[in-house]
Amino acid sequence: MQGRLPIFIFALVMAAIPFVPGMPPFWIVLLDNIGLAALVAMGLVLLTGVGGLTSFGQAAFVGFGAYTTAVLTTAYGLSPWLTLPLSLLVSGLFAVLLGLITVRLSGHYLPLGTIAWGLGLFYLFSKLEFLGRNDGISAIPPLSIGAFKMLSPGSIYYAIWAGVIISAVLTMNLLDSRTGRAIRALRRGHVAAEAFGVRTPRAKLLVFIHAAVLAGLSGWLYAHLQRAVTPTPFGAHAGIEYLFIAVVGGAGYVWGGVLGAAIVVILKEVLQSYLPLLLPGSGQVETIVFGIMLVALLQLAPGGVWPWLMSLLPERSGGRKPDTSLKLDARPRSPGQSNVLLQVDKARKQFGGVVAVNNVSFDVQAREIVALIGPNGAGKSTTFNLITGVLSATSGSISVLGNKVDNAPPQEIVKLGISRTFQHVKLVPDMTVLENVAIGAHLRGQSGPVSSMLRLDRADEARLLAEAARQIERVGLGDQMHQLAGSLSLGQQRIVEIARALCVDPMLLLLDEPAAGLRHMEKQRLASLLRELRDGGMSVLLVEHDMGFVMNLADRIVVLDFGTKIAEGTPATIKTNPEVIKAYLGVAA
Amino acid sequence: MLFLVQDGITNGAIYALLGLALVLVFAVTRVILIPQGEFVTYGALTYASLASGQMPGTAKLALAMGIGAFAFDLFVARRALHARPVLKSFLANVVLPAIVLAVTLQIAAQKPPVAVCIALSLVIVAMIGVYLYRIAFQPLAHTSVLVLLIASVGAHLALQGLGLLFFGAEGQRGPAVLSGAFTAGALRFTGQSITVYAITIAFIVGLWLFFGLTLYGKALRATAVNRLGARLAGIRTTLSGQIAFLLASVIGALSGILIVPITTLYYDSGFLIGLKGFVAAIIGGLVSYPLTAGAALVVGIVEAFSSFYASNYKEVIVFMLLIPVLLLRSLAAPAVEEEKD
Repeated sequence: MQGRLPIFIFALVMAAIPFVPGMPPFWIVLLDNIGLAALVAMGLVLLTGVGGLTSFGQAAFVGFGAYTTAVLTTAYGLSPWLTLPLSLLVSGLFAVLLGLITVRLSGHYLPLGTIAWGLGLFYLFSKLEFLGRNDGISAIPPLSIGAFKMLSPGSIYYAIWAGVIISAVLTMNLLDSRTGRAIRALRRGHVAAEAFGVRTPRAKLLVFIHAAVLAGLSGWLYAHLQRAVTPTPFGAHAGIEYLFIAVVGGAGYVWGGVLGAAIVVILKEVLQSYLPLLLPGSGQVETIVFGIMLVALLQLAPGGVWPWLMSLLPERSGGRKPDTSLKLDARPRSPGQSNVLLQVDKARKQFGGVVAVNNVSFDVQAREIVALIGPNGAGKSTTFNLITGVLSATSGSISVLGNKVDNAPPQEIVKLGISRTFQHVKLVPDMTVLENVAIGAHLRGQSGPVSSMLRLDRADEARLLAEAARQIERVGLGDQMHQLAGSLSLGQQRIVEIARALCVDPMLLLLDEPAAGLRHMEKQRLASLLRELRDGGMSVLLVEHDMGFVMNLADRIVVLDFGTKIAEGTPATIKTNPEVIKAYLGVAA
Repeated sequence: MLFLVQDGITNGAIYALLGLALVLVFAVTRVILIPQGEFVTYGALTYASLASGQMPGTAKLALAMGIGAFAFDLFVARRALHARPVLKSFLANVVLPAIVLAVTLQIAAQKPPVAVCIALSLVIVAMIGVYLYRIAFQPLAHTSVLVLLIASVGAHLALQGLGLLFFGAEGQRGPAVLSGAFTAGALRFTGQSITVYAITIAFIVGLWLFFGLTLYGKALRATAVNRLGARLAGIRTTLSGQIAFLLASVIGALSGILIVPITTLYYDSGFLIGLKGFVAAIIGGLVSYPLTAGAALVVGIVEAFSSFYASNYKEVIVFMLLIPVLLLRSLAAPAVEEEKD
């Protein structure tokens, strides 16, 4: 695994810092605070930067962690080590509760929703009797190992930074796994991820819980560092500040969270201790300067400081090629009641008054390439969306192997062995080709988030990546395997989508304009690949505008015009069909 | 009972105004305007200071921010400096706030009449709003909602700190815009609350006319729907942003002036008031003006009742009001979103 060495060195440096002679104790306090903030920011990196879910409410989860241990250690005399799992559990449980309500919110509702419950919980902390109201809870026992009590900032320092480094490693492990790929695909909309079986609401809830547990850990450490808790550090301003830390550091990067915490904590400290010397008299000058610097920093580096720093380092070579000899189990096949692979029967889709697909019927047999053609706006892509469950049909039915699949969600359709590409490429541009394609094999892996974090998923993971690499080589993009998907040409990105669809081990492949943007040679290669797939037992349904490509490739052609099927037959009969000629060229005057 | 409803409606009307402004700014610029609360306090405290014969620091701030905005304009145009746009920018960003500052300095000590105080406060805060957009948000117009939001937080912190500097930690109250009162049945209507209702209704109707009938209003709506498309159609999106901020700051300042005779405002009161406008805006879905106005009334009434029956949990109840609303929304319309960023 690449990148382990720098982390190890970082851990050694952090461990050595307190032993530096003449180190001011005050700096250790600062480092403690940085570590606490970094834990929360790291959760936000996963939640906001990677998963695309903005939360202002993280401070409330810190509060859950802190108050849980405060109440249990003072009122019930439990050992702090016993309250650690309980603190994490309470944060996690509240995350489930709030997450179930909020993560399904789309777009801007989510951050706003988190502000609302963040504030509400803050007021709750400061009003509840058993949490000590505004005075909070004091006299919390310190962490201790045997007779050694972590009373000083220098001794709890190790607990805090061990927490930070372990959490960072676990988080990075999670991101570099089957579950991690699903999480990283969330930010780019969920249609593509769901088409390969990712249950997006579940993935969102998962990152929400992960972030909350990290915040809870920070709260638990905070309570034992301060040995007292008050509601103030868990309010709306704190929640905003954590988000700010993540954005300043670089919201997409785990270490960006740590760097952001360092920048913000030190900046605030410097401003608080030196500004009054420069501008004596008035308080709160540091807030003003802090606010202004924040805006200035964003204008200079909107992407955050970490990616900017990384871009200064020399480019590293790509990762290793996976061992393609590993085999992945074939997708379990369900017995069908019919030999007809796909049967579309009077499918109809209305958007308000517009009939996009008007009672269209056709079928796809085994080992067959069927093309769906028609002028722009004929309803081809809508038909695809009906088959794959992205849209639900207004009426009519769709059966796979004789079983009706009416209005099944995309995640169920892909389990039946129907996989697809998209007319507008839906790859994750900041993931490599290999990682993008591996999303296609999502359903063929088993590892969950916990085993990914602990790296127990490596055998499973290696098989998934091997399958992805095999499919990438099959479509002829082996040399681009470790490039970022966004750096490829549009034509190549379409081919990557085909490789991703092949990772499903499908029986029917739905291709939406696969040849668009390809050069002549590439089109010929694609055609021969599709023939090869058909001869291997797969069926293909494709939408395409390139008539030469379609006529040479397809066994059968279905023609749509204004949502209605106007013709069906072999390429030779379609070429001479007067209805089709009329639809494409208009009637001769 | 009834007086609680009345109280709630008065507060709710203010939240409605603020909610409208938030929706407007968000729709046009994608900025979630956290400094909206500062526009409220600046408006209120500038008005209160002027009315008590003190010189408000906001007038100086307007000039300073104007100079900053002018510097940004100069920097952007540094490759091709033409006399006309530079002069125009100089007049709008430096000369105008300088004149306002001079006028304020002249008349502040003489305790000007209420109408003059209101006009002056509105102008000062409006300038701050427009310059704020130029300095903080216009350079970030192309970035994500998240980055804009963090910038918005930065602006809020800076403005709130400045508020403490200008107005001190003491709360202030201002003179009523309209004094006098009458009773109708069991209810007592003060001139102030009548003014609040009248101005809220006037603003809602005014905004509706502005967006429905004027070219600028339509341009703003176009920008809200599709930035790129609006630009291609020849709409200057920076102008739309400026108009949105102008409206938001005027609405904010006006709300502040309307409430400062009813409740004591401190330099940091704006944040919470703004957030409640926010709650209304969210309930309204950040898109619908009438829904936002209705929601604001509900928020105001719930707040009035909870402060009477469970004053300790007033804020908890108001903010938790959102949860069932969000729940309903997420159940009613499962998230269908595509191609963000």
